[in-house]
Amino acid sequence: MNRQQRLGWWLCLPAVGAMLLVTAYPLAYAFWLSLYRYDLRFPEQRAFVGGANYASVLTSEVWWQALANTVLITAGSVMMELMLGFALALLMHRTLFARRTVRTAILVPYGIITVVAALAWKFAFDPTTGFINALLNLDQPWLNERWSAFCVIIATEVWKTTPFMALLLMAGLTLVPQDLLQAARVDGASRIQRFFQITLPLMKPAVAVALLFRTLDAFRIFDTVFVQTRGAHGTETVSIVAYHTLIARLNLGLGSAVSVLIFAGVSLIAIGFIKGFKAPLIHREDSQ
Amino acid sequence: MTSESNALERIFWIFGSLIVIVYALIPVAWILSLSLKPPADLNDRRFIPNSITFEHYRAIFQDLQFPHALWNSLGIAFLSTLLAVVLGAMAAYAIVRLDFPGKRVVLAGALAIAMFPPISIIGPLFEMWRAIGLFDTWPGLMLPYMTFTLPLSIWTLSAFFRDVPWDLEKAARIDGATRLQAFTHVIAPIAAPGAVAAGLLIFIFAWNDFLFAISLTSTNKARTVPVAIAFFTGSSRFELPTGSIAAASVVVTAPIILLVLIFQRWLVTGLTAGAIKG
Repeated sequence: MNRQQRLGWWLCLPAVGAMLLVTAYPLAYAFWLSLYRYDLRFPEQRAFVGGANYASVLTSEVWWQALANTVLITAGSVMMELMLGFALALLMHRTLFARRTVRTAILVPYGIITVVAALAWKFAFDPTTGFINALLNLDQPWLNERWSAFCVIIATEVWKTTPFMALLLMAGLTLVPQDLLQAARVDGASRIQRFFQITLPLMKPAVAVALLFRTLDAFRIFDTVFVQTRGAHGTETVSIVAYHTLIARLNLGLGSAVSVLIFAGVSLIAIGFIKGFKAPLIHREDSQ
Repeated sequence: MTSESNALERIFWIFGSLIVIVYALIPVAWILSLSLKPPADLNDRRFIPNSITFEHYRAIFQDLQFPHALWNSLGIAFLSTLLAVVLGAMAAYAIVRLDFPGKRVVLAGALAIAMFPPISIIGPLFEMWRAIGLFDTWPGLMLPYMTFTLPLSIWTLSAFFRDVPWDLEKAARIDGATRLQAFTHVIAPIAAPGAVAAGLLIFIFAWNDFLFAISLTSTNKARTVPVAIAFFTGSSRFELPTGSIAAASVVVTAPIILLVLIFQRWLVTGLTAGAIKG
């Protein structure tokens, strides 16, 4: 190894070491723990049980219900974010009116902590404190019923994360050459044709990246649900199940099995995206 | 295109922009309004307060819990940002400037960690941190924060480093500067905006985190604001803590909004650089 190669490794080592220490090692440890009966309240009963924890998670109603809830919230919020995000990105790209103000304003939801966003929406929909029922002239206990609670949770997620989507899509829009659109317009392509046949295909990488990151992020949703319902009224997500098993019930064996299953789910989504979009995620020009 | 349709289009975009601004700001205005309502008006279900009081703000700062949490949040977020930017800059510099086997693996690994579900390692971290005494301490949170933000740091900074005119470095080295001197005197000032952008994104991540903070802390020693807010019981047991929660929410939101306003341009570039340019 020459000097340059050694220096390269030395410079990367601290970052790589930190990343391995807090992700790879604990993940392996989680997998190992998931093979044991290990409840911190009864540590003396610790024993190797093989796949028994996975069997009890995968045959339980709770897990499948939580998985269905998570998929529902993920699909609902990401779809709405994509549509709203596109509208917002086009608006920021095209409007000449208060462009800077619009950009700054949409960074506010991005910057706000999720817990505060969740509380703001919770208080807004609260029957005693909130202005929503007064505004709509309703008497709806939003967060005490499953479907209306889902609506509030998804609305909160959409509000909080659409800006991220919109900014990525806007960056994608700037990659579309103006003269190509101009030429299509001269050839008589309508606004809609131009969007679907030129803009959208050219933006495919940006859309893929934005969708991938938002889907993975939505799949691990925790803060919003915890603050708004604590998982009550049938709104438990997989992360909430894992948290309750691990930290509230201190059942490290069973909880680790749930954690490993969530990791598997996230990996499946990532692989699906990368294969499905043939995403050029790590396809970078060579650096000199 | 006629001037009439142009005018229509203008009105359409102006109207759209106004809707977006209102949409983005309403929840913030609402929580601000709640924090300023006198306790008697908290349940009046009105968006705009009838009268204004600052007593909720006084209450949260008199309570011991909140100032502690604010101090923890500031310290932990700031230190983990600093560490992540420094380590990330070292790695990004190596990746952009040096040729060594495995640099693609480092980039791909960082990307994989960016997609990693933190919940998957909460159990082992809880167990490990208790065993080695990192549970409920500042480093116990800083370590996961900086680890999860290193990918962001590496990708954003390498996107920025790619645009740096590196010939300047060569020139400095011909003039007799060492590699380190060339970096600190010539390259670092040019790359500073990138570091600020990365730092800001990392700070927001650490400031925002709830899952690690709720799982790996148990007392005022290291509990951060998001967790403190979620566990607020109010200044007295007989009053709903809505007002205090709202006031605390405004206090944690203010610094971020301030940073966002100041660094708006860099923030947008930073957010999109890592994702799109790569």
